[in-house]
Amino acid sequence: MSTHHITVTINGTTYEGDVEARTLLVHWIRDTLHLTGTHIGCDTTSCGACTILVDGKATKSCTMFAVQADGRQLMTVEGLEQDGTLHPLQEGFHQEHALQCGYCTPGMMMSGLALLQRNPNPTEQEIRVGISGNLCRCTGYVNIVKAIHYAAEKMQAAEQVPVSAGEGGE
Amino acid sequence: MATEVHTHGLGEAYKRKEDARFIRGQGNYVDDVQLPGMLYGDIVRSPYAHALIKSVDTSEALKVPGVLAVITGKDLDAAGLAWMPTLSADTEAVLALDRVHYQMQEVAFVVATSRYAAADGVAAVDVEYEPLPVVVDPKKALEPDAPLLRPDKKDKQPTNQIYHWETGERAATDAAFAEAEANGVVVSQEMYIPRIHPAPIETCGCVADFHKATGKLTVWMTSQAPHAHRTLFAIVAGLPEHRIRIISPDVGGGFGNKVPIYPGYVCAVVASITTGKPVKWIEDRTENLCSTGFARDYHIKAEIAADKEGTVNALRVYTLADHGAFDAAAQPTKFPAGLFHICTGSYDFKHAFVEVDAVHTNKAPGGIAYRCSFRVTEASYMIERAMDTLARQVGKDPAQLRLQNFIKPEAFPYRSALNWTYDSGNYETALKLAMKNVDYEGLRREQAEKRARGELMGIGISSFTEIVGAGPGKHFDIAGIQMFDSCEIRVHPTGKILARIGVQTQGQGHETTFAQIIAAELGMSPDDVDVEHGDTDTAPYGLGTYASRSTPVAGAATAVAARKVRDKAKKIAAYLLEVGEEDLEWEPGRFYVKGTPAKGKTIQELAFAAYTNCPPYLEPGLEAVDYYDPPNLTYPFGSYICVVDIDRGTGLVHIRRFMAVDDCGTIINPMVVEGQIHGGLTQGLAPALYEELSYDEDGNVLGSNFQDYLIPTAMETPHWETDKTVTPSPHHPIGAKGVGESPTVGAPQAIVNAVVDALAHVGVRHIDIPITPWKVWSILKEKGLAAD
Repeated sequence: MSTHHITVTINGTTYEGDVEARTLLVHWIRDTLHLTGTHIGCDTTSCGACTILVDGKATKSCTMFAVQADGRQLMTVEGLEQDGTLHPLQEGFHQEHALQCGYCTPGMMMSGLALLQRNPNPTEQEIRVGISGNLCRCTGYVNIVKAIHYAAEKMQAAEQVPVSAGEGGE
Repeated sequence: MATEVHTHGLGEAYKRKEDARFIRGQGNYVDDVQLPGMLYGDIVRSPYAHALIKSVDTSEALKVPGVLAVITGKDLDAAGLAWMPTLSADTEAVLALDRVHYQMQEVAFVVATSRYAAADGVAAVDVEYEPLPVVVDPKKALEPDAPLLRPDKKDKQPTNQIYHWETGERAATDAAFAEAEANGVVVSQEMYIPRIHPAPIETCGCVADFHKATGKLTVWMTSQAPHAHRTLFAIVAGLPEHRIRIISPDVGGGFGNKVPIYPGYVCAVVASITTGKPVKWIEDRTENLCSTGFARDYHIKAEIAADKEGTVNALRVYTLADHGAFDAAAQPTKFPAGLFHICTGSYDFKHAFVEVDAVHTNKAPGGIAYRCSFRVTEASYMIERAMDTLARQVGKDPAQLRLQNFIKPEAFPYRSALNWTYDSGNYETALKLAMKNVDYEGLRREQAEKRARGELMGIGISSFTEIVGAGPGKHFDIAGIQMFDSCEIRVHPTGKILARIGVQTQGQGHETTFAQIIAAELGMSPDDVDVEHGDTDTAPYGLGTYASRSTPVAGAATAVAARKVRDKAKKIAAYLLEVGEEDLEWEPGRFYVKGTPAKGKTIQELAFAAYTNCPPYLEPGLEAVDYYDPPNLTYPFGSYICVVDIDRGTGLVHIRRFMAVDDCGTIINPMVVEGQIHGGLTQGLAPALYEELSYDEDGNVLGSNFQDYLIPTAMETPHWETDKTVTPSPHHPIGAKGVGESPTVGAPQAIVNAVVDALAHVGVRHIDIPITPWKVWSILKEKGLAAD
């Protein structure tokens, strides 16, 4: 079994390591890097519990080899909270009771994040399509839809604040 | 008036405490547990549904880098562990010895230094099989020339029939049917409730850690019943129970799947004892779907005897139950078909008789309740379908027929023909509320107009009665252990509380709702109450969370324990205020002297005094524990109305509206209750339209992964609408009944009734679930309704 040296940035931190070619990305993240917020539910790219962002795109990390992540920017659920402030998605999931057992939640939030990054103001139907690759057995999705709406509104409001305060621009 | 105390007590939508870790990815599920030196186990499984094992060659596997050991059935047999008891007085192979009885049965357990090495080892184990005839149809299993599937128990069971069980009055019921055949109406409806799987998104697994020096075994385990599992481990493995610690950490959904003990757990424990190292075993999805506890698989014939107006008199039910290769049904000892005999439902039947035959087939063992209380889903589905058939027969609207036959509110407590005592109910009010919410009459008018235009629309009703909250312990048990439950409350000197409960959450929100119960009883904020669960070394003994029993049983224990704390606090208050206990009044959070409200002591002050200035005639400290054996079950209920449109081109069923009116008695947290209902409805939708664990005639599982076993996504799931009535349980300390499973029990038949309703005008009376587009389209084609 060939091994490969990889360098991957996850949530802004650079990780390096030697991995077997067959090592699944989700196993490397969880078992080697101990970022256990990303879960495994089906092994067939069906349930989405392992969803992370790879270069900004929602990706099921059970169906990607660790070696394929070499040189790329990853984001996992652990990267949502910034400087002790919850991400609007995390806040929305809590406020709208969009989680029960919590197992699908990280993947669901990462799919929600990918959706909001390409569509900041989605309709209910667009949200349902956006999370259709993520299975939840507890919530019946109604409150997950509400939580993503909550985050969309909060993120849009936050974007407007600096502009109105005259601090816009990059 | 004394100072107002802010409490987040009963009835408040208090945000969940457990969310804080889950939204940060900081939950601690079994597969997150990593211990130094931990090894990994993986299972060699049979590709055949029925075969003799001629040989198991582990030599090549042991050469695989990283593989340390391969445990076979023969190895376990030498230690007396090749077989383990099931929850239904059968024995189940931990690892097969000379015969496999279903596809994916466990044959050997490979132990290695990594997941990947263990999988390599599994691939290298060479098992020689001699295939045998396979029986997947329970009717064929009962034929005289059927192969005997369990020769290991032929002395006590010479055929494939596991049991025949009956309840009710056969003669009186038969007489009522004879009378109805002469002067009334008899309807008969056959139906199959297929085998399905709870399929929580987290599969089953464990980490077993045996310390040779201390003799202590710790098992982190996906367990819905950690204490019962500890006792079973002690009995089966002969280990001293005080040196077994089961920790059920965060559990990613259970729905009944995590009630039984599976061979993988036992193998991991044996491997840890053998190697002296911690051993992790985690199922993959295919293993979960193919080998762990399934639900349903009931072939039912239901008959109702009524008068010509449709007023019911008698119910007669025959059921053939497919239990698979081992009888591992998770049922109380007294009731092999669980609570199936709640099947008279919400209706006032005078007579009833129920028979169940259970048989072995070459399918995986199980018979757990997928989000339901011991077969109540099968019972409710059956009666709600049969009532619709009766409505068609007598030409009445299904709503009218139900209203005509409901048990009346004044009849509670109500003794059913099959000997249950319903605690409370008001079925008419719930159905009328649901009808009002959807404008039932308007929907019927719309349906008539659409039908005239050739469009297919249906309205389905389900007015279900649940039966949850087992015990009482004298009637209900798990493997002989009585079904009580427990709570221990420790009030610390500064007035903060740590409570531990005998049940555990798989997402239901116990850490929040149980804190609310205590907070309400003691008049404090739930912020000041932390609830722990799932660790057998710290939590009081309890029977676990399933069958909607947490709130009815452990919730009652929690309220009673809190009242014991309050009673002691009252004695301390009397001492400190220098009055008699009878001179004290309670208001939330505080005792005060009658007539002198300013003179009082808060619960926090009394807690401090319990440790610093305790009356000399009392034990110091402020703690209480309660073991609660409920006097009766609770009977939540509800009325659901489903509206469907059917696409005549594809046969696709579109759920346009679904109105769920639930009554679970006193509501602790309306947000959590609504969440439970949303989830339960989705797990009712699932078997109605999508889920089925089917087998081909060779016993191959056809739903072995999430691409073939269809779980509803956000696309298939409608926007659920909910409402409620509140009819408290008269025997529960706070009047609560439990709610987690009601919607799963009540929903499927509302959907089926709606689809049948859409097609009733062309003579359709029943369609077996799951109602796939193919089934509907085939009917449309046959009836000349399919669009080109």
